[in-house]
Parts: sequence; C-alpha cells; structure tokens
Amino acid sequence: MATTLTREQTRTRVKPAVIDGDIHNDLPSPQALLPFLPAEWRDYHARFGTFGYSATAYPRINPNAARHDAWPPGGGNPGSSLTFMREQLLDAWNIEYGILNCLIGAGARRLDQSAAVAQAINEWQVATWLDPEPRLRASLVVPYEDGQLAAAEIDRAARDRRFVQVLLIARTAEPLGRRKYWPLYEAAVRNDLPIGIHFGGSGGFPFTGAGRPSYYIEDHAGMAQAFQSQVVSLVCEGVFEQFPTLKIVMIEGGFAWLPPLMWRLDAAYGRLRAETPHLKRLPSEYIREHFWITTQPMEEPTKPAQFHQLLDQLGMSDRLIFATDYPHWDFDAPDQAFPVRLDPDLERRIMADNAKGLYKF
Amino acid sequence: MTATATDRLAQIVAQGVIDADLNVVVPSSADLFPYLPEYWREQINQTGFKGPGESSYPASAETSARPEAKPDGGPAGSSLALLQQQALDPWGTEIGILTCAYAVEAIHNPDAAVAMASAVNDWLIAEWLDKEPRLRASIVVPSQQPELAAREIDRVGGHPGFVQVYLPVRAEAPYGNRRYLPLLDAAVRNDLVVGIGFGGSPPNPPTPSGWPSYYMEEWAGMASIFQSQLMNLIFEGVFDRFPALRVTLIESGFTWLPSLLWRWNKEWKGLRPQTPWVRRLPSEYVHEHVRLTTQPWDAPPVEAQFLQIIDQLGSDELLLFSTDYPHWQYDTPEEALPPAGLPDALIAKIMRDNARTFYRL
Repeated sequence: MATTLTREQTRTRVKPAVIDGDIHNDLPSPQALLPFLPAEWRDYHARFGTFGYSATAYPRINPNAARHDAWPPGGGNPGSSLTFMREQLLDAWNIEYGILNCLIGAGARRLDQSAAVAQAINEWQVATWLDPEPRLRASLVVPYEDGQLAAAEIDRAARDRRFVQVLLIARTAEPLGRRKYWPLYEAAVRNDLPIGIHFGGSGGFPFTGAGRPSYYIEDHAGMAQAFQSQVVSLVCEGVFEQFPTLKIVMIEGGFAWLPPLMWRLDAAYGRLRAETPHLKRLPSEYIREHFWITTQPMEEPTKPAQFHQLLDQLGMSDRLIFATDYPHWDFDAPDQAFPVRLDPDLERRIMADNAKGLYKF
Repeated sequence: MTATATDRLAQIVAQGVIDADLNVVVPSSADLFPYLPEYWREQINQTGFKGPGESSYPASAETSARPEAKPDGGPAGSSLALLQQQALDPWGTEIGILTCAYAVEAIHNPDAAVAMASAVNDWLIAEWLDKEPRLRASIVVPSQQPELAAREIDRVGGHPGFVQVYLPVRAEAPYGNRRYLPLLDAAVRNDLVVGIGFGGSPPNPPTPSGWPSYYMEEWAGMASIFQSQLMNLIFEGVFDRFPALRVTLIESGFTWLPSLLWRWNKEWKGLRPQTPWVRRLPSEYVHEHVRLTTQPWDAPPVEAQFLQIIDQLGSDELLLFSTDYPHWQYDTPEEALPPAGLPDALIAKIMRDNARTFYRL
C-alpha cells in the first residue's frame, strides 16, 4: 500500500530544485467546466457532453490511473485540488516549476465543440491554477483534429506567456506529419511555443498496426509504438523542412526506443530517399535537432550500466526533461527515477536546466 | 571491399551458413493454375482476377528488389536459377528458408483464400522444394480464417520441406488473440515454427494514428508492428499455453529489442495482476521462444554501440543470419555479416547454429 511522504521526509532529498515536465490537473467535476464555456455551448455541452473515438475500454490498473494516495482528502479527482497538489508534489519535492498537461480531451469528433471545450479548459487553467500558483505553467489545450481551429486557439491564448507549450496527443486521427496539422504547427512557431505530444488519445483506429490488443499493459506499454509512428511521420512528411524552428517535446513516451528508430530511419532513408526528395538531411539529424523528451516512464535496463550506454546511443542528453507524471500510478519520484547515479552536471541538466532552456524559465 | 573483409567472408562462409530469410514471389496467378481446382481456374479466367498481388509491399521499390535479382519476364524472387546463383551458391548456404509473402489475407472470399493458399504451397513444393534440396519453406495460410489456416497446416505440415508457418506482421488482430488459437495449435502440433514477416494487407492501418503518406514511413514503422505483435504474444500468455511454440520475427530488425524488453519487464512488475497467466519476465519468454533474423541490421553508426546492443540482447541464441534475398538491404555481402568485434563462437551461432537448433535442421 502506498504511503505519502511528507515534505520533511522528501525535501531534503531533492536539492536544488526540480522542474517537473509532466503534471496532470483535472476538473473536480464535469460541471466545473461549464462556467468557462462560451455561453452558446453551455446548454449543449451539459446535455450531450462530448463524444470522441471509441477505443479506450482497457480498465486501468487503478481508478483514474492514479496513485492510491493521490485522491484529495476534500473529494474530487486526483489532480483536481491545488492545495493537495502543493502539499503532495510541489512542496514535497521542491518543484521550482511544474508544467500542467491537462488531459481533459479536446479531441472530440465535433470540431467546433472541441474548440469551445479547449478554450474553456484554458480559461479554467488560468483562473484555477496559473493565477493562484506562480510555480505552475501550463500546456495549451487545442482542438488538435482541426488545424485552423487549433491555430486560432493558440493565437488567442498564447498571449498569456504562462502557457509554455501546445498540447497534442500520441494517438491521433491522422499521423501528425500530415498537412491537416500544419496550421497548428505554423501557429506554434509564430507564437514561439513548443509542441508537446503526450501519452494517450485515440484517433479511432486499433492501438497497434496489428489490430486491437487485449490488455491494458499493451495499451500502456504500447504507447512507445504510437510515439514511434508520430516521429516517423513528422520526419518523413518534411515538417521540419517546412517549419525549421519547430520544437517537439515527447511526453510520457519513454525514450529507449528512439536510438534504434533513428538507426532504422536512417537506413530507410538511405535506400528510399527517391521517394522523399523534400528531405535534405538524415532523419536522425532532424530528430536530434527538433525533439525534446520527458523522462517518465524511465526505462530500466537489465544492468544499470546499460543506462549509460542508452544515453550515449541517444546523444540527446541536453534534450531530456525530468517529469513525475503526478498523480498517476507510474509516478517517478525525483530522487529515485534514474536506475543509475548520474554525473552531477548531467543530473542538473535533466532535472532542471534543459527545461529552463526550452521553456525559457 | 578490403582484402580483410573478403577473407573474413570466405572464412565465415567456409564454416557453413544457414539463411533464415529468402523471399520467393509467385510470378502470376497463371503459374498457380496447375495447383488450382477446376472451379477456381474457371473463376480466375472469367473474372480476370490476378491474385492479391505478389506481396504487400511495392515490388520494385529499392528495398524490395536488388537490381540484379529480376529475371527476364518476372518479378525479383521468382526465379530458382537466380536464387541459386545469387543467394545460395555465393554464401555456400547449406540450408535456406523460403518465405512467400503472397497476401492471402487480402482475399476476402474464404474459399478462394484457402484455394490460393493451397495452390501456393503446392507450387512451393513442386517448383522449389522438390527441385533444390538446400531449400526449406514456410506454409502460406489464410491467417484471417484461423480454422481454415489450421486445416491447411495439417494438410501440408507433414512435408519435410516445410519448417515454418508464415504470418504477415500486419494483421486484423494480433496473433496472441484467442481467435488464432487453432492456428497456433496446428503449428505446434505439426512441429513448425511460426514465422512472422514484414508486411501484410489487413483492413486496419499500419499505425495507431492512421495511414502514413510514404512507403518509407511504412518500411521504418514496420518495426513497431513487430513490437506490438511480440508484446501481444507475451501478454496473451500463448507461450504458457503452448510451451513448445517457437516464433521467428523475419525482417523485423532487432536493435529495438533490448529497450522494449526493459520496458515490458518494468511494466509487467507493475501490471501483472491483470495478466496473471504471464508467470515470468517478458524477456524470459523471448529468450526461450523467439528468434529474429539479421536483415535489416538497423545498426548504429558506431560499432561499439552495435556491440552494446548485441550484449543487451541478453542471449547469444536470438539472432539468425539472413540475406533477405532479393530484398536490397546491403550492397556487398560483407555488409551482411555480423560485426567483426563479436567473438567467433557467437558469429558461428548467428551464421548457422542458432537456426539449426531452433528449426531442428
């Protein structure tokens, strides 16, 4: 059974301060969103709710995929109480800045409703999280299945610079390099915001290229395959030729799969480049230039020393950003996340400095 | 080509080679006529049906066909004489295992699918196995109809030339799914390896986010579908249900395997209550039941990193040498060899002994 560590127990273990690249805030109840919705959507939203793509009927290991101890004592979903988040995460682990990735979906099939929901979530984030807590920053929720509507929400909301990135999801209705998403990327670049692609989502297809698996562990561990498809698409479609300053952060995807994918993509490009003349460089070069990665869930090699080999193969130590994934069950604690003891400089970069550079804290 | 590399090739070849992946292509449906019942010959003549296509990947893409492998008047991989001359003789191959990616899974009429699969198998016997004693072959089955596939396996599985049942990695449902139990049972009953190979033509797209634009994406992304299949076989518990089941991943790449095993082992520790029949670490099932062919190597650019990956595999029995003829994965035969930094004993295992043991050759 999980026990909650108090601030006194943990704070001394994590100094200096940490930047957390992946925190999940949630509504205390669905009704809490209604006041933030544009008036013309309130009644419809209350009556019908949203409907997206069917797919996620894999019971998670815990309710809300949350830590047992993350349910706020005053009620509501894990991640819905700022007071409890302060106590359990921000204070307890000496978090200097934390980035909220709100997973209340804006991936509904009805696109204009999706846009209204995204706007409401962002307004709710400002009022309920960013205004009262200066340590928090947030990702912009956008109706990502419509590039134009998503771009409009980015242009509207990005004036508030506490929004530090645009949030997309790993499973989408088309591979993310396809042109329907390009207006979104254009708006992100225009507003100088990175794109965060987070674990989860559904675009209406089976979760694997081999059909629907049966168990949650395949859904959960299978996110690595969803991320691979998105990396492949973003590179091969030439998104980084079109948007040379675009920055992508892969959140909660793991990263040990990335070196072998780079090797394979480079091999594919070597043989098939006649098909993609719009690519001017090796796929691995685009990846190392344009991608950042959060660390949770950290891969744990069979032998700890292999973690150093992994970092060497990845060659992206300046791109790794520590994340806890609070309040989810697979939370990585800042003092226990790494399977090896890292060089102190490298540890500083991953725990804070890489994020400071990217998000300009 | 340096003299040392050529010497090394000669040395290795002199010790004997088993080639675990040679691709054969049915030249045209007319070539199957001698092996089709009267009814289907008539149907084909009347409808002009040309079969499902030779395979599920573009026949003349650079990856699919070495420039010299195309016989007059036929696709690459359709000539025994060229295969002997270009793949068996130069390598001194003792035994070569044929796979035929004839896309039976794309024939939706179940009777037609069975008739075409049977015809391809009888064609393999008559045109390849009977004519060349160095060859073994994989049984083509209508995998979308597992009961009928099982019947076809029982029909030809006793032929000593068949050592494997071939399944395309892309599928409507992953192969651990219970609908495939009759098929897996038949493979085990007939003492055959299940070979899962590149490609396939199911109705669902090759990524969790839909259809990519370029073949390069599909080629590079195919590795992630192998990963999904392998994960599913493990977590559905088929290796517990069939302790004698042997699976080879063909043309899958393998440098991705260590990082995925780390992740699956970790996730299993957290999520095992949901799949209690999985009694051991995922990596243990792989080491015992699964092998992978060596082409494409998808190797890192630095040899030291390649040696790290070989070590991280955690077993010296996993890799089976393959040329992947007539696919074009390398330019000189030396490039198809295991890296020079490996111990001789391991090279011997990769080049020959692992396949001999696993396929009982």
